[in-house]
Amino acid sequence: MDLSISDHPSQLERNMKTSILALGLATVATMATAQDKPVLTVLTYDSFTAEWGPGPAVEQAFEASCACDLQFVAAGDGAALLARIQMEGAASDADIVLGLDTNLTAAAAATGLFAPHGQGWKNALPVAFDDPVFLPYDWGWFAFVHDKAKLPAPPKSFEELAASDVKIIIQDPRSSTPGLGLLMWVKAAHGDRAGEIWEGLADNIVTVTPGWSEAYGLFLEGEADMVLSYTTSPAYHLIAEEDASKAAAAFSEGHYLQVEVAGKLAATDQPDLADAFLAFMGSEAFQAVIPTTNWMYPAVTPAAGLPAGFETLITPETSLLLTADEALALREGALAEWQAALAR
Amino acid sequence: MAGRIGTLRPPVGAALVAALLGAMTLGTVAVVALHAGAAMPGAADWAAVRFTVTQAALSAVISGLLAVPVARALARRRFAGRGALITLMGAPFLLPVIVAVLGLLAIFGRAGVMNDGLAALGLPRLSIYGLHGVVLAHVFLNLPLATRMLLLGWQAIPAERFRLAQSLDLTPGAQFRHLEAPMLQATLPGAMLTVFTICLASFAVALTLGGGPAATTVELAIYQALRFDFAPGRAATLAMLQFALCLTALALGWSLIRDTGFGTGLGRRVEMPAPGGWRKGMDVAAITLAAGFLMLPLGALVIRGLTGMDDLPGGMWAATLRSVLVALATTVLVTGAALVLALAAGRRAAGHRLFDAAATLPLAASSLVIGTGLFLALRGVASPSAMALPVTIAVNATLALPYAYRLLLPEARALHQGHDRLAQALGLTRWARFRLVTLPCLARPLGFGAGITAALSMGDLGVITLFAAENNATLPLFIHGLMGSYRMEAAAAAALILMGISFALFALFDGIGRHASA
Amino acid sequence: MLQLDRLVLEEPGFRLEADLTLPKGARCAVLGPSGAGKSTLLNAIAGFVAPHSGRILWDGAEIGDLPPGQRPVTILFQDQNLFPHLTVERNLALGLSPDGRLDDAARARIVEALERTGLAGLGGRRPGQLSGGQQGRAALARALLRARPLLLLDEPFAALGPALKAEMLALVRAVAEETGATVLMVTHDPQDARRLEGLTMLVAEGRAHPPMPTEALFADPPPALSAYLGTG
Repeated sequence: MDLSISDHPSQLERNMKTSILALGLATVATMATAQDKPVLTVLTYDSFTAEWGPGPAVEQAFEASCACDLQFVAAGDGAALLARIQMEGAASDADIVLGLDTNLTAAAAATGLFAPHGQGWKNALPVAFDDPVFLPYDWGWFAFVHDKAKLPAPPKSFEELAASDVKIIIQDPRSSTPGLGLLMWVKAAHGDRAGEIWEGLADNIVTVTPGWSEAYGLFLEGEADMVLSYTTSPAYHLIAEEDASKAAAAFSEGHYLQVEVAGKLAATDQPDLADAFLAFMGSEAFQAVIPTTNWMYPAVTPAAGLPAGFETLITPETSLLLTADEALALREGALAEWQAALAR
Repeated sequence: MAGRIGTLRPPVGAALVAALLGAMTLGTVAVVALHAGAAMPGAADWAAVRFTVTQAALSAVISGLLAVPVARALARRRFAGRGALITLMGAPFLLPVIVAVLGLLAIFGRAGVMNDGLAALGLPRLSIYGLHGVVLAHVFLNLPLATRMLLLGWQAIPAERFRLAQSLDLTPGAQFRHLEAPMLQATLPGAMLTVFTICLASFAVALTLGGGPAATTVELAIYQALRFDFAPGRAATLAMLQFALCLTALALGWSLIRDTGFGTGLGRRVEMPAPGGWRKGMDVAAITLAAGFLMLPLGALVIRGLTGMDDLPGGMWAATLRSVLVALATTVLVTGAALVLALAAGRRAAGHRLFDAAATLPLAASSLVIGTGLFLALRGVASPSAMALPVTIAVNATLALPYAYRLLLPEARALHQGHDRLAQALGLTRWARFRLVTLPCLARPLGFGAGITAALSMGDLGVITLFAAENNATLPLFIHGLMGSYRMEAAAAAALILMGISFALFALFDGIGRHASA
Repeated sequence: MLQLDRLVLEEPGFRLEADLTLPKGARCAVLGPSGAGKSTLLNAIAGFVAPHSGRILWDGAEIGDLPPGQRPVTILFQDQNLFPHLTVERNLALGLSPDGRLDDAARARIVEALERTGLAGLGGRRPGQLSGGQQGRAALARALLRARPLLLLDEPFAALGPALKAEMLALVRAVAEETGATVLMVTHDPQDARRLEGLTMLVAEGRAHPPMPTEALFADPPPALSAYLGTG
C-alpha cells in the first residue's frame, strides 16, 4: 500500500483508490487460494487455540498430511461450545466439536447433531471409556492443589478436609466444568452422604468462583490453602516455571476424572476429512503435544512416555467417573444438596 | 395554549438511536424468547432477585453517600496533583472485573496488606468474603464514577451563587442547604441510580467475593440457564426480570430527580469558598482516604504486573491493536449517539422519557443474553467469526452509552435552559449552533464520556466469546486465555498493559474535553 | 408597522389580549405591573411563545409562523444575551450571519460596531470579563449589526444604575435611529419611558392598550395607569 503523503488532493485520492483496489484484489486472491484446499472447521475452546495451547502444533502437523486447511473456531469454554452448537443446529459451519467433557456429553448427544466417530484406536484412560459418538483426546484427575511449604500435611480425604480448618476455594458447579466435576466427585464417592460432606466442608470454603481461572488466581494470591484443580497442575509450575512448591493432595476416596472429548457433526460437509482428523487425534503427533500445552494426560500415552516432571505427580489408586447419563440424572439433586449445604 | 415553540421539533435522530438501543437490549431478549419460549422463574430465581437488589441497593447508597464528602472536598480544595488525582480516580471503574478483584484482594484479602497489618497488631484477620465484600468491591469500582458525577454537579453551580453566598456571609452549613443540597437533590439520585443499575448485572464480583451460593445474582442464574441448563427460555425470562428491576429503579429515580433552578453562570471557574479549621481537616481526610482506598489496590496491580513483563506472548500485540481499534470505533459511535439522545432529552423533546429509558436499559442488560440474541438473529446473515469485531463494537457501544448519556444529560439541560432562547433568537444555523455553542459547552462531559467509553470498551470481555475465531481475540479475551492456562504472571502483565492503555485513552479523551471546554 | 390583530396569549392563570398597531420607526415603552404579561407579549412577538389566537403582522405580512431567528426581530432578554464561552467578537459575528462566519469584512464591521458602542478594543474579551454596562453595550452592538426592523428590549438594563441606564437608553435611541428600527421596551420605571422620548403602551388587567404619546399619557393617565403609578 502506498502510504506516501501527498498534499495534492487528486493525487491523494488516486493513491487511496489504488490502495482500496489493491486491498480488494488481495482479498480475492486470499479467497482463491483458500478455495484450492478443502477446509476442515474445528469448533473448540479458547485456550486450545491459544499460541501456547495445543492448537498451533496440531494444526501444523495435521495440515502437513491432509492437503487441507484446518481452521479452529474458538468459542469460550466447553459449555459455550455446546450452547453454540445448540443455537446453530444443523446449519453450523463446524465439522468437528473438540472440548466437551463428560458432564456435557449427554446433553450434546441429545441434540442428535453428532454422528458416531467410527474410530478403532484404543485410549489409555484409567477407566474403561468407549463411547460410540465422543472420542477422548485427553483427561485428568480433579484434585485439591496446595503449596507444600505452607501446608506440609494436607488432608487425605473429604472427611479429613471437613474436619480440618484448611481453607479451600472451589468453582461454582452452575458456571464451571471443574465445579460440576467436584459436585460429581463428592456424589460418586459418598452417594447419599454427599449432602453431609458438603455441610462439613461449608466452613472450609473461602469462596466459590465463577470459573477455574478466578479460583486458581485467588489461590496463587494466597487467599486459600487449597484450590480445586487437577493432579497435573503442579506439573505446569514444575516444568514451565521450575517451581516445585505445588502438589496435589491424594484423597483416599479416589479422584474423579475429567475426560475431554471430540465429536463429529452429522451435518459436516467434509466427512472424510473429519474422520481423518479423529484418526489423527489418536496419533503420536497430536497426543505428544497435549501434556505440556493443555497440561492434561494424553488419551494415548506417547511412545517416549510422559515429559520429565510428570513422574512427580500423584497417581490416585481409584478413579471415579459417572457415565454421562448418570451424571445428567444426578446433577439436579446434587446441585440442590450443594446449595442447601452452603447457603446457610 | 401558549407553549414553548422550541420543543416541537421532532427528535428524529434521537428516536432512531433509542430504537437501536431498544433492539439491542429488549430486542435481543425477544429473539432469545422467540427461539426458546419463556419459562416461569422458580424459587431459586426469586432468591437471586432478592440478593441482587439487596447488594445493588447497598452498593449504590454507600457509593453515593461516600462520594458526597469526596466530591465536595475536591470541588473546593486546590492542591498540587488535584487534576491528576481526579483523572486517576477513574481507573478502578475501567478495569476488567477480575483484575480489579485481584487488586482489591492484595489489600483486603485473607493474605492482603490490611490483614497482615491487623495480624501484626495481634488483631483477628477480617474476611472480605460475603455481602460486605461484594459491597466493598462495588464501592471500589463505582465510587470514582459517583464522585465524578457529583463533581460535575458542583462545577455546574454558577460561581455567582457562591459569591452571593459569600457576600451574604452565609455559614458553610447554610451555603450547603441553599446551594449544594439542591444540586445534590438533582444529581445524587442519578448517580445512585447509575451505580444501582450497574450492580444489578453484577456477576463475577458477586460470585467471587460473595463466598457461596447465597450470593447468587440474576446474572449468574442467566449464565447457568444459558450454559449449563440449556434453557434459553429461562434465560430470557430472567433477563426480562432484570430489565424490569432496572425500569422500576428508573421510574423511582424519575420521581426523585428534580430539576433545580440553576441558570447558566458566566463561564467563570468554580470559586467555591474553602473554609479552614476542622472542615479543612475533614476534606483532607476525605481525599486521603478515598485516594488510598482507590490507589492502593491499583498500586498492587502495577507491582504484580511488572514482574510478569518478561514472558508476554507475541500474539498479545495483535490483540492489543484489535482492542484499541474496537475501542476507538465504539467511542465514535457512543459519543455521537449519546449527544443526540442527551440533546433531545435536554430540551424535553417529545418522547424524552422514552429516550431516557432506552439510554438506561443497557446498564441492566446481560451481555450474555445480548450476545445470544445477536447470535441467533445474525446466524443466517454472516459467519459468526466474520461478525465478531462488528458485533463487539455494537455491544460495547450499547453497554457504554448509558455512562456517556448520564454525564451529558444535566449539562445538556443546562445548555438548553441557558442558551436555547438566544440561539433561536439569533437564528443560528444548525452547524454554527453545534460548533459554536453545543460543542464548547458540552466539551467537558463529552470528553469524559468518550474517555470512559474508550476505556470500558478496552476492558470489556463482552460477547466476543460467542463469536470469536482463531484470529480475532481482543486483549481482555487474551488475558482470560492466559489466566485459563496457568499463566497468571503473564496475565497480570498483560492486564497492566490493558490498564495502561485504557487509562491513556481515558486521559486522552478527558484531556481533549477539558482543553476544548469553554 | 407592527400589528397585533386580536392577539390572545394564554397560560394557566394568565390571559392577555392585544389588538393594536405600532407605527414603523416608533419607540414605545411597555409599562405595567409585574405579572401583567409584558415579557410574555415580547416573547410572543419574538417567537418564543405561541399565541392562543390572533395574528402578529409586520408590514402587513404575518410573522407568527416563523421561527424566532427568521422574524424581523432582535430581542434583548433580561440576562444571558451573550454566550459566555465566546469572545465578544464571536458573539457579535453571530449577529452578522447565522453561521457565525468571521471573515475580514465581518471583522471590520464588528470593530466599527464596537467603536460605535464604546467598546473599542474589547472584542477579544469574554462576557465574564466585562462589566454589566459593557455587556449591555455588547448586546446592543450586536443588535446594531443585525439591523432588524424590530428591536425588543425585555428590561435588559434593569440591573444598572440610573446614570448607566440613561446612557444605555441613549445608545438604544442611537441604534434605533441608525437602523430605523421600531423599538418596544419593557420597563417598570416611568422615567425610562420618558427617556425613550416616544410612545408608551400600558399592559395591565389582561390587556395591552394601544400605544399613546408618553407625555400626553402621563399628563392625563387613565385609571389603570394611575393605579400603577400610585397617583390615582
